[in-house]
Amino acid sequence: MTALNIQNLSKVYENGKQALQDVSLRVPEGAFFALLGPNGAGKSTLINILADTVRASSGSVQLLGHDLLMERAWGKRHLGVVPQEIAFDPFFSPREILHFTRGMYGQSRDEVWVDALLERLELAEHANKITRQLSGGMKRRLLVAQALVHRPKVVILDEPTAGVDVELRKRLWDFIRELNAEGTTVLLTTHYLEEAQELCDQVAIINQGRLIASQSMQSLLGDVASSSLCFRYEQAVELSESQEQALQAFAARVCDGVLCLDLQHEGEHSNFDTAYQAARQCFGAPLDTYMRQENLEDVFLRLTHKDAA
Amino acid sequence: MSGMNILGTWTLFQRESKRFMRVKMQTIVAPALTAILYLIVFRYAMGERQVPGLNVDYFTFLIPGLMMMAMLQNAFANTSSSMIMGKIMNTHVFLMMAPISPIEAMIAFLSAAVLRALVVGGVLLLVLFPFSDLHITHVWMILFYGVCGSLIMGSLGLITGMWSKTFDEMSMVTNFIIMPLTFLSGVFYSVKQLPPIWQALNAWNPFFYLIDGFRHGFIATGDSDPVHAIGMVLVVTLSSVILAWYLWRIGWKLKD
Repeated sequence: MTALNIQNLSKVYENGKQALQDVSLRVPEGAFFALLGPNGAGKSTLINILADTVRASSGSVQLLGHDLLMERAWGKRHLGVVPQEIAFDPFFSPREILHFTRGMYGQSRDEVWVDALLERLELAEHANKITRQLSGGMKRRLLVAQALVHRPKVVILDEPTAGVDVELRKRLWDFIRELNAEGTTVLLTTHYLEEAQELCDQVAIINQGRLIASQSMQSLLGDVASSSLCFRYEQAVELSESQEQALQAFAARVCDGVLCLDLQHEGEHSNFDTAYQAARQCFGAPLDTYMRQENLEDVFLRLTHKDAA
Repeated sequence: MSGMNILGTWTLFQRESKRFMRVKMQTIVAPALTAILYLIVFRYAMGERQVPGLNVDYFTFLIPGLMMMAMLQNAFANTSSSMIMGKIMNTHVFLMMAPISPIEAMIAFLSAAVLRALVVGGVLLLVLFPFSDLHITHVWMILFYGVCGSLIMGSLGLITGMWSKTFDEMSMVTNFIIMPLTFLSGVFYSVKQLPPIWQALNAWNPFFYLIDGFRHGFIATGDSDPVHAIGMVLVVTLSSVILAWYLWRIGWKLKD
């Protein structure tokens, strides 16, 4: 079943800025889905439309088979959103905020679940302070607790770990991973691409309001990510025009004085040997060679730069 | 799932009520003190003077007017401050993300505004009653005008909160529209003391009917025709509540 099915979603703001352009996206139920994009790409607009804080100009969204834009009350009960901006009512404590939030979603008090959330998000000690007294990282975790307190089936996390230290971030992800393993669908936006690569099984990349990739993380890293053969010489490499031409088939480039050549894969075979010989012919025997596999960050930068060009 | 989110509405009402109870010095004690100061000043300034045409002493005339003025201003403050704070601190997104329909939001916000107005009015009554000749003549009139006035001002507070982008814009509405209208609606004088042109203009001022009708509940007399006043107040109450509901429903100044 599909948790979120977004069809031809567009948004033009009153000032004429087109934030989303015909975006279609499918998030399978139970997925850990990364929605990536540079700043201003349209990720937050997309999330805000799902959260009902921004109106869509056109398009449709289905949440667990229900029309989200038409059946808002139903949809909101099954959706938990961690907004990007930290904001809390200064009059209330974390515990009160969680009780109020649960109540507003039409659910009766559940001290056990509220305590569990406070415990897992390491807020138990601060549960009765007023929110003004919490640190930035604590507030960010409270936002996560607030989005989970009504036990939604789909959780959207808009940069939930910004400003959270490494240790806490790891524990936060362990908790979200547990929820995901229990069946909660997670849609995540983050600028920590290593995190996204490690956590998510599906990925979509959005740039300038348009979707430029949407597939499983495995296939994106397998099909789109390239591997390079790198050569280190005694002296830093400088590519002459003739050498560049000779190595054209391998998209030769120099990174930090190291020569890098793209490898092509066909099934289990690659053109490793041809690339090695071509580099030797141009520059002689290298001091060292090594393989470099593109990670999510490299693919992301390549795709978004190519798209921008 | 269909049907009303009763628990959600109740929770929002509790949140909006607890907010003003958390700062009761500012929301309840301060308005009571202001009203008492007015009364002390006017008591000595006006002495035992009677209000022309109403056969009632000025002090007794003044108390219900001041009560109603404080109630109206507090009902307005409850909704407007909640909205503007929510917008400026960005906490309003949590309300928009929650499954609370526009009708449910209206019920919760306006009930909390009415509650705050009644608490402020009640405190003033308790404090001032022992020092005056005041009697409760028509409870239904006191409640009708008290509740309707609070609903009108609660709705206007919501609309102002939705419209304002800054505290300055909101205080502009409070200081340049709400304060003059409540002050110039017969709190401190009988409209019969005004020149004819001002009397005619006052006939279109809903605040005048609210204050006059509320006072009528205590002193058993007033400047306006009760039937006309009730009709006028009902129409204005319904119109302002419906307008606030409609603007909320379309997300006016709340959603891009």
